[in-house]
Amino acid sequence: MTAPTTYAWEIEARDLVVKVGRRRTAVDGVTLTMGRGVHGLLGPNGAGKTTLIRALATVLRPASGTLSLLGDPDLRSLRRRIGYLPQEFGHYRRFTVREFVEYMAWLKEVPGPEIPAAVQRAVERAGLADRADDRLKTLSGGMVRRAGIAQAIVNDPEVLLLDEPTAGLDPAQRLRFRDLLTELGTDACVVVSTHLVEDVAAACTDVVLLAEGRLVFQGTPAQLAAAGTAGHAGDSPIERGYSALLASPRQRGTW
Amino acid sequence: MTAHHPAEQLLRRYARGAQDLPADQLWAVESHLETCAPCRGRLAPDPVADAAWAQLAPLLDHTPQMPRARMWRRRLTTWTSPVAGPWLAMIMLVTLASVLLDQLGAASPDDISLVLLIAPVLPVLGVAAAWGRALDPAYELVAATPRAGLPLVLRRTAGVLVVVLPGLAVAGWLTGASPAQWLLPCLAFTTGTLALGGLIGVTRAATALVVLWAAVIAAPTVALSRTPVLDPAVTPVWVAVLALGLLLIALRRTAFTRLEAHR
Repeated sequence: MTAPTTYAWEIEARDLVVKVGRRRTAVDGVTLTMGRGVHGLLGPNGAGKTTLIRALATVLRPASGTLSLLGDPDLRSLRRRIGYLPQEFGHYRRFTVREFVEYMAWLKEVPGPEIPAAVQRAVERAGLADRADDRLKTLSGGMVRRAGIAQAIVNDPEVLLLDEPTAGLDPAQRLRFRDLLTELGTDACVVVSTHLVEDVAAACTDVVLLAEGRLVFQGTPAQLAAAGTAGHAGDSPIERGYSALLASPRQRGTW
Repeated sequence: MTAHHPAEQLLRRYARGAQDLPADQLWAVESHLETCAPCRGRLAPDPVADAAWAQLAPLLDHTPQMPRARMWRRRLTTWTSPVAGPWLAMIMLVTLASVLLDQLGAASPDDISLVLLIAPVLPVLGVAAAWGRALDPAYELVAATPRAGLPLVLRRTAGVLVVVLPGLAVAGWLTGASPAQWLLPCLAFTTGTLALGGLIGVTRAATALVVLWAAVIAAPTVALSRTPVLDPAVTPVWVAVLALGLLLIALRRTAFTRLEAHR
C-alpha cells in the first residue's frame, strides 16, 4: 500500500507555454493532468515532445502558465523524486555502468549508505547486471540506453520522464522494456515520449497527442483507436486514429 | 484448533506452488498453516528452500556481487566534473611552460612575466570545463538532478582552484611575482566567469572572457611590452571586479539549476 498523497495529480499543467531560445514557442498553451500509470507522449517530429519533457524535468523554465509536479513547490526536494532520461544523453565513456549509475545516484542525493543497493537494483531492473562492471565505451548503443534507464530509476522516482527510450533497442529488448514500463507504471507516473505508435498501444494506459506545441488529444489507447476510420492512413486501428487526429488544416507540407 | 491436518501429498503440492491445486483446498491449507505450528514445521525444511536455492545458484555465478567501485574516482567526482581531468592537466602544463619560458627569457631587458599574463585566463578554462555544455557530455542529466545549482558549481570551481592556485603560487614564487599581482586577477576572472555564466551560459561566458583577456591584457602587453592592468596600482579595480562578480553570482544563483546556464 502507498501512503495517501496531498495532491490530486502527479503532473498538472495549466496553459503551459515553453519557449526554446528567445523566439520559438515549442509548447503553446498545453493544459493536461497526469496521474499514476504510463503516459505515452505522441506526435510528429517538432511537435514539442522533447521541450515538454524538459519542462516537466524542471530544466526549462516555463514562459507562462503553471506547472505543478507532485504538489511540491521546492525544486530541490522535487527533483529527488523525479527520474529523467533525455533523448540524447551523453555519458562518461571511461566510467563503468556501476560507477555511472552510482555517480547519478550521488547527484540525485540518494542517501550514501543506500547507494550500492539502489544501484544494484536499478542495474538489474534495466537488465544490465552481467555488464555492470564494464566500461560504457565497450557497450552497444542499446546497452548504453539501458544504462540510461538504470540511472533514471535509481532514486525510485515518483515521476519518471523518458524521452525516446526505445530508440536503439532491438525488438526483444523493446518487449522487455514494455514489461518494465508496465511494472514501473503501477506506482509511479511514467511519461514516455515516442514516435512508435505500437509502443503506446502495448504499454501505455493513457495517450497524449501533441502537434505544433498544442495538445490535440488525451485519452486511452482505445479512445485513440476509436477516432480513426478505415479511410485513414495506417496499418493498425491506433495508427489510423493517430492520423485521423493529426489531419487538421494546420498541418503543412507533404510529410 | 482442528484435528484435520493436511495430508503429506497435499502439503507437498502446496509447497511446490502447484497451479492445479483447487482454490478451496489451497485456502484450507493456508488457513490451517496460519494456526498450526507443527504443520508449518512439516513444511519448512522441505523443498522450498532447496528449490529457491536451485534457482538462485546459477544466477549468483554470473551476477557480480557488488564489487566496490574505485573509491578514488567516487571521491574525485564529487569535487570535479568527470571530464575535467585532461583540462586540469593542460592547465598545469601551461603553468609549467610559462615558468620555463620566463626562466629562459629572464635575461631579456623587457621583463614581462608570462605567469602574470596567463594567471587570469587559466581558471576561466577550468570553470568552462567544470560546467560547460561543450565539454560535459552528460550536462542535461546533471542539470536535472537536485544537486545541480550553485553549490555544485562552487564545489567544482573549488576543485579547479585547488589545482590552479598552488600551481600559480609555485610559479609566482619561482618567477618572483607578488601574490597580489596574480591572485586577484585570477579570482576576479573566476567569479567573472560564473557571474556572466549565470546570465549567458558558462561556455559563452568563458569565450567572452578569454576574448576580453586577449584584448585588454595580452594585446597591450605584446604591443607596449608593458602590463598596465597587472600593475599593483590597479589592485582596487580587481577587488571591485571580484566583489561585483560575487554579488552577481548571489543574485543569479538559481540560474545554475536550469539548462540555460550550461550554454
